[in-house]
Amino acid sequence: MTLAEFWFLLIGFLFTGYFFLEGFDFGVGMLLPVLAHDDIDRRTMINTIGPVWDLNETWLIVAGASLFAAFPDWYATLFSGFYLPLLLVLLALIVRGVAFEYRGKVDEDAWRRRWDLCIIVGSYVPALLWGVAFANIVRGVPIDAEGDFTGSLLTLLNPYGLLGGVAAVALFCVYGAIFVALKTLGRIRRDARRLAGWIGIAAVVLTGAFLLWTLLGHGDPISWALGVLTAMALVAGLVANAREREGWAFASTGASVIGLVATLFVALFPDVMPSTTDPAFSLTVQNASSTPYTLRMMSWIALIALPFVLAYQGWTYWVFRKRIGRHSIPTQVPHGADALGQ
Amino acid sequence: MARPAARGDSEPDPQARGEAVTSRGPADMNVLDLARWQFGIVTTYHFLFVPLTIGLSLLIALTQTVWYRTGTPKYLQMTKFWGKLFLINFAMGVVTGIVQEFQFGMNWSAYSRFVGDVFGAPLAIEAIVAFFLEATFLGLWIFGWDRLPKLIHLGCIWAVAIGTNLSAFFILAANSWMQHPVGFRFNPERGRAELTSLWAVLDNVTNRVAFLHVLTGAFISAAAFIIGIAAWHLRRRRHVEVMRESLRMGCVVALLFGVLVTVTGDIQAKIMTDQQPMKMAAAEAIYDTQGSASFSVFTIGSLDGREEVFSVRIPHLLSVLAEGNLNAEVEGINDVQRDAEARFGPGDYRPIIPVTYWGFRLMIGFGIVTTLLALVGLWLIRGGRLPESPWFYRIAVWTIPFPLIANSFGWLFTEMGRQPWVVYGLLFTRDGVSTSIGTGLAATSVFGLALLYLVLAVVEIRLLIRYARAGPEEPGDTGADAARQDERPLPFAY
Ligand code: HDD
Ligand code: HEM
Ligand code: HEM
Repeated sequence: MTLAEFWFLLIGFLFTGYFFLEGFDFGVGMLLPVLAHDDIDRRTMINTIGPVWDLNETWLIVAGASLFAAFPDWYATLFSGFYLPLLLVLLALIVRGVAFEYRGKVDEDAWRRRWDLCIIVGSYVPALLWGVAFANIVRGVPIDAEGDFTGSLLTLLNPYGLLGGVAAVALFCVYGAIFVALKTLGRIRRDARRLAGWIGIAAVVLTGAFLLWTLLGHGDPISWALGVLTAMALVAGLVANAREREGWAFASTGASVIGLVATLFVALFPDVMPSTTDPAFSLTVQNASSTPYTLRMMSWIALIALPFVLAYQGWTYWVFRKRIGRHSIPTQVPHGADALGQ
Repeated sequence: MARPAARGDSEPDPQARGEAVTSRGPADMNVLDLARWQFGIVTTYHFLFVPLTIGLSLLIALTQTVWYRTGTPKYLQMTKFWGKLFLINFAMGVVTGIVQEFQFGMNWSAYSRFVGDVFGAPLAIEAIVAFFLEATFLGLWIFGWDRLPKLIHLGCIWAVAIGTNLSAFFILAANSWMQHPVGFRFNPERGRAELTSLWAVLDNVTNRVAFLHVLTGAFISAAAFIIGIAAWHLRRRRHVEVMRESLRMGCVVALLFGVLVTVTGDIQAKIMTDQQPMKMAAAEAIYDTQGSASFSVFTIGSLDGREEVFSVRIPHLLSVLAEGNLNAEVEGINDVQRDAEARFGPGDYRPIIPVTYWGFRLMIGFGIVTTLLALVGLWLIRGGRLPESPWFYRIAVWTIPFPLIANSFGWLFTEMGRQPWVVYGLLFTRDGVSTSIGTGLAATSVFGLALLYLVLAVVEIRLLIRYARAGPEEPGDTGADAARQDERPLPFAY
């Protein structure tokens, strides 16, 4: 394996980690209007991801920065080419992040309603657009000899890209519902489980169709195997959910998210951004990467640091492993939230 | 591919640069302007939150440590009170930071291709080593108040503080490389800069001083924030115990780091004069090389020209600032321009002089005023006194934004003083902008972000004021019975 291939693997790992983690917290945000009946429900749901959503999102930052360092040409073409979707993702992530932190800070219904809307929109938009973006990366986009994207937004909104987007939304919805079922007590838990079953059907159909389309176009034996495993994991997750085995259900759906992202990366290899204009203009693992020296230095740092990162993040999830319920939410208005000017 | 103006061994090819200058039509110039406006707006905005995060995280870690060691309740109150304000600020720092990372690829794709091999490394290291640490341990700190043993909980805020400082180091390494590129080689085939020594990039002398200067500036910002809010309460004689202690901490920190920021700034000026003579000349708006140059505190007149109507000058100071010698020669803009043309080919190598001139002065001015305030404050509260007159308190509240303004002007000066280069001596700003995006997209982006940032600024400031006024909780307000740990509500929950 060359260093560039190793970094392709690592970038794949980072994006997989990102969707594995942020996938369910997007799901929680998307289901906020459906599963929560009152403010205490909403706070219960938000607090299931409270301690971790920021660290989940940091996987995106790390993946993005690593892309910049390891494959500058890929980073440049992708980010300048997918300009508008990325801008929308940014705006969505901004309001979403601020909303988590600020919604409880003022004790007014209108205030909270507005931030809740930010959380909901801020969860759907990135889920959808990441799906569209990754589908298009695999599918290929018009890229010229200079390595610049020459299409427009409409180029990205092709049926395959859109299917990728909807499949991502459906999958994260189920994943989020199962996470809520795993982390809460009482009515929300039961409702979440039931809802996961229903959305699960849509997710199986959409994700299945998307996988099939991907594999028929770009499949090789490894990606076919991964794709089949992905579908099996998703179905297994839904079965476990129906049997009220929440831990297994979460692990299996999580595995299907991992499988889906992995399938896409394997299908992409050895290109990183295929050009539909002329295959000769495609960006590949070799021609888009940094120098071996840079990659070697970064490999050292990543290999030393990542085990620590995984350890302390695993520990964080362990610390907050307990289910929470309505009783976990302080009834007292936080100090300051009620202080009207004085 | 970007057409670089290579320096050193691979001598520049004036032909190629002539082409670079003229190859873009007016439409592209618009994208360039919009991209520059966006960079300036979002980065300056990001850097309003950054210094507070850096400074407050460490000060909170200190107060929590004192509480852990002594058990004195007022330190717990301080930790929680400043901690809440810190969190309100932190949220904005994080979300605006993501924009920073994305916009290199979106608006500056040619730049990204050109520098990625070198510049990407510190950025990626920052993310892996620092951002993960901050984000993870902050979550643990917020939600861990009752879940974690006290010592481990204390460790969490220290991890956050260390993370923020590490992140500053690596991002400044990236920035310093743009100011003074080292540890790389220009590859003409790929048309890009390639890393030859990561260590040289991290250990860049420019980075060493910039890191210390920015860090000290961050501490003054956090200290002024604390001084102002503490003064607001003390004037009303509220929460006197906690606020008196906070005021003292704020004044000591502001004074100490006020001195240090001056010292580091002075060192930086000497290095800068050496590395980027144009910047020093532009900071002073001196056109012709002079010996024993004076420093003008204030000038009325035409900054582009030679006419000076009125000015206040400190003799010799500029020579000292630049070279550490009373009579040293300081190069003028015209001379540096001539040298640059000889070295890099024809072109205009002058930044916008009024911006650099005033940026430099306002940075120093706003910083010094804050430091003086801290000095006065320490005198007034000596021996546990509290000033009677409302004036000190009033001024202290108004001083809260001063160091933030100084920081912004510092960056404005540093970054705009480097123009027309984006990587000094290597790549022009105009050659770094994305070629594939149109004016419409670039405008949507800058206006969309600016509008959202404006709304968020209003929300954030109102929240900060609200929580600052509410003051710390009195001991005993929180903390349900410790026996039923599982049933207990989550303190600090969302
Ligand atoms: C708070 C302010 C601030 C901070 C923290 C930084 N800069 Fe800067 N930068 C500016 C403030 C600025 C600026 C003053 O706003 C400039 C100069 C003119 C402009 O439009 O933006 C600018 C210009 C500028 C440009 C091109 C646009 C132009 O020059 O017009 C790039 C690509 C960078 N900088 C890159 C960086 C990087 C990689 C940084 C950190 C690692 C960085 N800047 C830190
Ligand atoms: C233009 C270059 C910059 C880029 C690309 C950038 C990128 C980022 C990103 C992606 C984050 C979010 C990280 C998280 O989730 O914790 C962030 C936050 C942060 N950045 Fe920047 N940043 C830039 C400039 C700076 C500079 C110059 C400094 C320091 C001197 C700095 C210090 C910080 C700190 C301390 C945080 C923590 C969050 C907070 O500020 O509240 N950044 N930055
Ligand atoms: C007497 C006091 C000061 C002196 C002599 C001084 C000097 C300098 C110089 C020469 C630079 C430019 C470095 C370069 O471009 O290479 C700079 C940058 C900067 N200054 Fe100051 N400064 C002073 C006070 C302050 C204060 C009080 C603050 C903030 C509270 C501040 C914040 C900054 C920042 C954020 C930068 C940009 C980052 C950097 O390049 O390090 N400075 N300063």
